[in-house]
Order: sequence, then structure tokens, then C-alpha cells
Amino acid sequence: MLRFLLGRLAILIPTFLGVSLIAFSFIRMLPGDPVMLMSGERVMSEERHAAIMHDLGLDRPMPVQYLNYLTDVLSGDLGTSIVTKRPVLGEFLSLFPATLELSLCAIILAVVLGVPAGVFAAVKRGTWFDQSIMGVALVGYSMPIFWWGLLLIIFFSGYLQWTPVSGRISLMYFFPPVTGFMLIDSLLSGQPGAFRSAFSYLILPTIVLGTIPLAVIARQTRSAMLEVLGEDYVRTARSKGLSPLRVVGVHALRNALIPVITTIGLQVGVLLAGAILTETIFSWPGIGKWMVDAVFKRDYAVVQGGLLLIAGVIMLVNLAVDITYGFINPRIRH
Amino acid sequence: MKKFSILLAATALVSVMATAASAKTLVYCSEASPEGFDPGLYTGGQTFDAASRTVYSRLVEFKHGGTEIEPGLAESWTVSEDGKEYTFKLRKGVKFQTTDFFTPTRDLNADDVIFSFERQLKADNPWNKYVEGAAWEYAAGMGFPELIKSVEKVDDLTVKFVLNRPEAPFIANLGMDFASIMSKEYADKLAADGKMAQLNQMPLGTGPFTFVAYQPDAVIRYKAHPDYFGGKQKIDDLVFAITTDAAVRVQKLKAGECHVAPYPNAADVPDLKKDENLTVLEGPGLNVSYLAYNTTQAPFDKAEVRRALNQAVNKQAIVDAVFQGAGQVAKNPIPPTMWSYNDAVQDDTYDPEAAKKALEAAGVKDLKMKIWAMPVSRPYMLNARRAAELMQADLAKVGVTAEIVSYEWAEYLKLSKDKARDGAVILGWTGDNGDPDNFLDTLLGCDAVGGNNRAQWCNEEFNKLVKDAKVTSDQAERTKLYQEAQVIFKREAPWMTINHSVVSIPVSKKVTGFQNDPLGIHRFDGVDIAE
Repeated sequence: MLRFLLGRLAILIPTFLGVSLIAFSFIRMLPGDPVMLMSGERVMSEERHAAIMHDLGLDRPMPVQYLNYLTDVLSGDLGTSIVTKRPVLGEFLSLFPATLELSLCAIILAVVLGVPAGVFAAVKRGTWFDQSIMGVALVGYSMPIFWWGLLLIIFFSGYLQWTPVSGRISLMYFFPPVTGFMLIDSLLSGQPGAFRSAFSYLILPTIVLGTIPLAVIARQTRSAMLEVLGEDYVRTARSKGLSPLRVVGVHALRNALIPVITTIGLQVGVLLAGAILTETIFSWPGIGKWMVDAVFKRDYAVVQGGLLLIAGVIMLVNLAVDITYGFINPRIRH
Repeated sequence: MKKFSILLAATALVSVMATAASAKTLVYCSEASPEGFDPGLYTGGQTFDAASRTVYSRLVEFKHGGTEIEPGLAESWTVSEDGKEYTFKLRKGVKFQTTDFFTPTRDLNADDVIFSFERQLKADNPWNKYVEGAAWEYAAGMGFPELIKSVEKVDDLTVKFVLNRPEAPFIANLGMDFASIMSKEYADKLAADGKMAQLNQMPLGTGPFTFVAYQPDAVIRYKAHPDYFGGKQKIDDLVFAITTDAAVRVQKLKAGECHVAPYPNAADVPDLKKDENLTVLEGPGLNVSYLAYNTTQAPFDKAEVRRALNQAVNKQAIVDAVFQGAGQVAKNPIPPTMWSYNDAVQDDTYDPEAAKKALEAAGVKDLKMKIWAMPVSRPYMLNARRAAELMQADLAKVGVTAEIVSYEWAEYLKLSKDKARDGAVILGWTGDNGDPDNFLDTLLGCDAVGGNNRAQWCNEEFNKLVKDAKVTSDQAERTKLYQEAQVIFKREAPWMTINHSVVSIPVSKKVTGFQNDPLGIHRFDGVDIAE
């Protein structure tokens, strides 16, 4: 197990270098620079532009800039945002809990609904139930997030007025963040109704962000279950006279879960991509929107640092997924 | 004793509930997160709304809903005979805000004013580089480092600005956001504690609202400043709910989650006007959009060719299509709400036949040209691609073949400055300080060629008029000069003036006193809300 972990951690190093290099060079490939965009229509003189670029260290040769950047990162300094002039790590840490909270809720929703839906569809294979679940999943999978989010807002918040439009909690509640997770902070604050409010603000974004993972997980569960249900050991279990529930729930599902967990792990990337749009629609103060703004403003430091941190999160999740395999299926124990 | 404390607790609870019930809260759905809270460092309108118009005040202020200057922290000022010395008399007893993070011990004085400017002007000031990459963009853009020789304290309540040359728009510049007055006492305390960066995160000034807290990308909270020199505001709490998507802002406004929401999509405005709970405030924006020819290249170096092309385009059709009517065809380079606007100037009438003849007379045949269309939507030009297509179709009717080109925004801004640029550029401008100089000299003066002067147009006659106006302090005299300059502009036609857009802001009917400011700022002083 230790060797496995060390091996995996060793792979992280080249991955990290690769990500940092890609982040560094891609954002610089875009035309324009942050100083020019800062001044907009108002033209800045060449000398002044050069002076500011020099102050920011952006006039040095690319390899030098990259090496400086790497040295800073290794000493734990992710730099300062060119736009807001605040440390990148600090900004990330203050915004990341919001993204994490939303992503966790979305993935929980996707698993809680997606896995049973897939199992039932597999068991009732070929029936109208199977077909309608898979039909809905296909629609969900192809849903354009932005349109879907606006549609839900207009219907549930605008027309029915069941849910609030956007934000994280009603503006009447005001307490300093402790964990950064609004559901937990609202409970800690002890203010009556705060938790309820935070929950109601989470409903629509969770549905919007969870839609695609839900569809993917349902489809993956169904196909994994179909495969397993045809295996010899399932037939054996059935012939031993075990209850159908036990056969499906224990013998089949447990074995079908491996590809499903892989899929869930892969959805983390999808969630972070989806978070960009979801956060924009619901004014959710997370890292998705933060990164997009940074790209538009050519905020090199934020794009580089943000990508590195996000890549780190995805790598950690993948590691966790690999470890989980062993618990689900002893045959893959390391 | 126990009974007494219960009673006390109950009383306290009742009083808390009473304040909660009577606290008037106004929620503003702002369009973007502020870049920071030191207005000198930034150029974004959302930053000015959040930092300078709430927390800070300036020596002079723009009149609410207008572009005229009125006294602010300075109750009066005098200008020396040669126009190089401005002496400001400060208001007495102006209180800074008291917050959780700082309690001021003294009132506003000349030191605060000197500090607020020197940090932006002097490279050796300890605050000049207090955050990494501080460039003091606006102060530099308005030429302050070259313009201001010194800022001097005459006595505690008198400050003198000495300029290197006379500059008539100087007073208007002092009403701009970057000229906000900070507390030197607070800054000194931060410096002593080694927490200088906090000046940009937890602002403290003399403005109508006291900063309470900012949750990044989500909410900014303020409360009324009880000792504001202009009197305590009628609303108790002001909240900015940051909502970047225009369609979502509209939904929030309709659901009552906020009371004011700027920048709606043009397509949503007719629907908002029908909503009985909302009022849509419409006002002329202090802006212009234009097509700038490259006047250094043949055949666009001839005024008659440029005028013929201007005649060939149906500008009203562009305003109708791009702004859905929420705009006004432009004939002058400055908007009609600005002083010195010359209404006597006649616009080139849309007349394809005459245009065709004029082109023939100028010896221009089978003209091919490029039209540059901006890739982004700006308040003065919502959809440049659409505008360019309409121009293209109109020009085709007079035998001119136009090709539409576009670049990524940063690239567009850079390439369009080039003197050797091929083609005419669609661009625009939003005024900073309500002074005509900010349009006429900034965009059309000779020294802006290769820069803001996208037409690369240098006309001696025009340039002399706007340069003279810049150093004349008498406004009537300046008006005359600017009006004459507009006549020359129209005759020489370096631009096709396209449009002045109308700015719409939907506001809840519960709100009173909110005004659609032509300078594009959103102010909440003097605003009230019904329970």
C-alpha cells in the first residue's frame, strides 16, 4: 500500500510540472496583455506600458519568467493577482469552499439518484421504465447548462417563486465565514432560519450542476449492472435461492460499482467545468467564475495558480478513487 | 436579581427586534466584483460604485444626475490669475467613519488631501507601491504626474495645488473617483502595524456609507455613516449583491431580491417597462460611438470622400437595429448633454444618390475598404458586427465594397492605434469627467495621433481651438471655442459619428431618489426606500 502511494505521488511531480508549463504558456499565447486590457479604450503610452510590464516582471524572457514562477511556487508563493493585487492562494482559499460545497451537493444528488435509477433500469431491462429512464438521462446529458439554469430560475424562482434566484443565503443573514461551507456556517451561526435559507439557495444550482453527472452515472450504472447480472456468480447466487434484492443489491451491485466509481471520479473534472457556468448563473462566489474572469483579463498569476490548484484537487480525487477500489473489491487491493 | 436580568434580556431582545424591523435596507444587484477598495488603483466602474461613491468623498463632486461640479469636501476654491494655482478651503468638522477596524481621532484636514494625491504622484512616497503592480492608472491617464507640481498645506483647512501649466478641466478631474480623499491617520496606523494592504481591502473615508464587510464575489455590506457631513442617509443598510449575468439580475429584480439592477439586456427592457412594480429610468449616456477613417491614407485623406461615405450610411437604421431604438443618432463627437454641444451643426443627411455623385466627383471608383468591428459589447456600441454589416450593405449601394474584419479585443485596441492601419475602425468613448476636453482633445487632438486618435487626424485649425480651450478658465469663452471646433469637425469628417446610447436602469417602485447618472456611476446618497 505504501509503495503504491509513493508510486502515485511520484507521478504527481511530472504531472504538476506539465500543468504548470501548460498554464504558463497557454495564457501567454492569447493576444494582448493584462496591462493593455487594464487601460481599455484609454490608450497608454508605450513607455508607460513598458514600465508597468517591467514592474510586473513580464518583460523578462519567457524561460526566465517560467523559472522564477516555478521557484516561487515551490517555495509556496503562487503570486499576486494582477487585477485585484491580492495573493492568489488567499483568493483561492476564500472562494474554493463555495465551489466544493456546491460540487459535493451535486455529486451526492447525482449518486443518490443516479445509481438506483441505473440499477432499476438494468433489472427492468427493455421495459418502458428502462427506456424512459435512459431517455431522460440522454436529455440530461445533452443539456446546455446555461440555458437549463436560466430556465429553472425563470420557472421556479420567477413564476412559482419557490426558490430564490441567486446567491448563497438570504441577505438578511450576516455572519462571518467559519468553514466557508454555508450549510455548516449557517448552523454554527445559531441564527434561526439561516440553515433553511442556505439550503433553499442550494437547491437550483445543485440540480443544474448535478444534471450531467446524474445522467452519466445512471447510464454507467446500468451498463455495468447488465454486464454483472449476466455473470456466473449471479446465476449461482440466484440458484442458491437468495432473495432477488440480495442478489442485485449485494452480489451484483458491489461488483458493478468499480466502473461506476471510476466514472464518479472522472466527474470531478466535469463538475469543475460545469461550475464555471453554474456559478455565473447563480452568482455563486466560487473558483469557476474567478478563473474565467482571470482569463478574460489576462490575469496571468490567477490563471496559472488557479489551474495548478485545480489540477492538484483533481489529482487528489483520482488518488482517492484508486484507493477506494481496494475497499470495494478486495481483488484490487494494493 | 434574576427577574431583573430576564427583564433586561427581554427589553434587549425587543429593542433588537425593533431595530431589525425598522432598518431600511436597499439591495443593489451590482454587475461585477470590485477589483479592490482603493479607487486610485483601478479603472472599473463597478469598483467606483463600490468603493469611491459609497465610502469616500472628494474635494468637489459631480451634481447628482448631472455633470456639473459642486463643492464637496472643499466648500470653496479660488484659481490664481495665471490659472496655475488652485486653493481649496476645506469644510470644517468633517468626520471620518468609525468602524470595527479603526476609530478616527480627528476630523478631515489638509494632510489627508495631500496624502491622497501624493501617494499617486510621487514614486518615492511609501504608499506609491503599497500593493504589487500599483500603477495609479487614472491619475496617469489624466496626466496628473506631469501636471501637478506640488500639493501644499497652507493651513489645516486650506490646500493649494500648484500646476505646471494652466489646465481648465482640472476641477472636473478632481471630481473623479481616483481623486477620492483617504484618511491619513488610518493609513499611518496601517503602515505602523505593517498592514498596508488593508487600505485596499477595508476602506474608510468621509462618504455617506460606512464599509462593513465584503464577501468576495458575493456581497458587500455598508451602513449609513451617522456623522456624514451631508447628513445621515435615509436608508440604514446598503447591500451590493454581486450578480454578473444580466438575465439573472432582471430575475432577481422581479423577484424582489434587489431594488436596483444596472445594465439590463436591451431585449429585456420593453418587458421591464411593462412590469408594474418597476420603473425604468432612462437617461442619455455620456458617450459616443464612431467609425474612424484612417485620414492619412488615400482616398480617405480627402474630406469630401469621408463626407460622401457618411452620407451613404443610414445611421438611424443602425440605432434601431443595434440599440432597439434606445439611442440617438450622433452628429457631434460629444454627447448632447454635455455643455458646449453645438446643436446648430447639421448632420450629413442619408442620401445614397448624392453620396454616389460626390464619390464620382472626387474621382473615386470601385472603392474597396475594410471596416473594423469590435469583438465586444460596450455601453456605447452593443453589437459592432451588426452595425458593420448594415454599413456594408449601405456602402454596397453606392458602389463601395466593404470587408468586415475583427480581432480579439486587446489586439483590436492595439492594432487600431497604428498609423498605417488599413481600414476604418468602429470604436467609442465614455466620458470621465463631463468636460468636452475629455472628448475633443483626448480623441481628436494632434498629440493623440497614434494613440486615442484612431482617425490619425491632425487638423491645425481644430487642434488650436481645443488646445486654447484647455488653458482658458472662463467657461463661456471655452464654450465658444469648442462649438467652433465641432463645426470644423463636421466639415472635415474624420469620423462617421454613429450613436449616443441611452442607459436604462430598472428600479423598484419602492425606491425614491435614485438617479440615472450620465457619468455611468451608481450613487445611493439621497436614496430612500418605502417599507
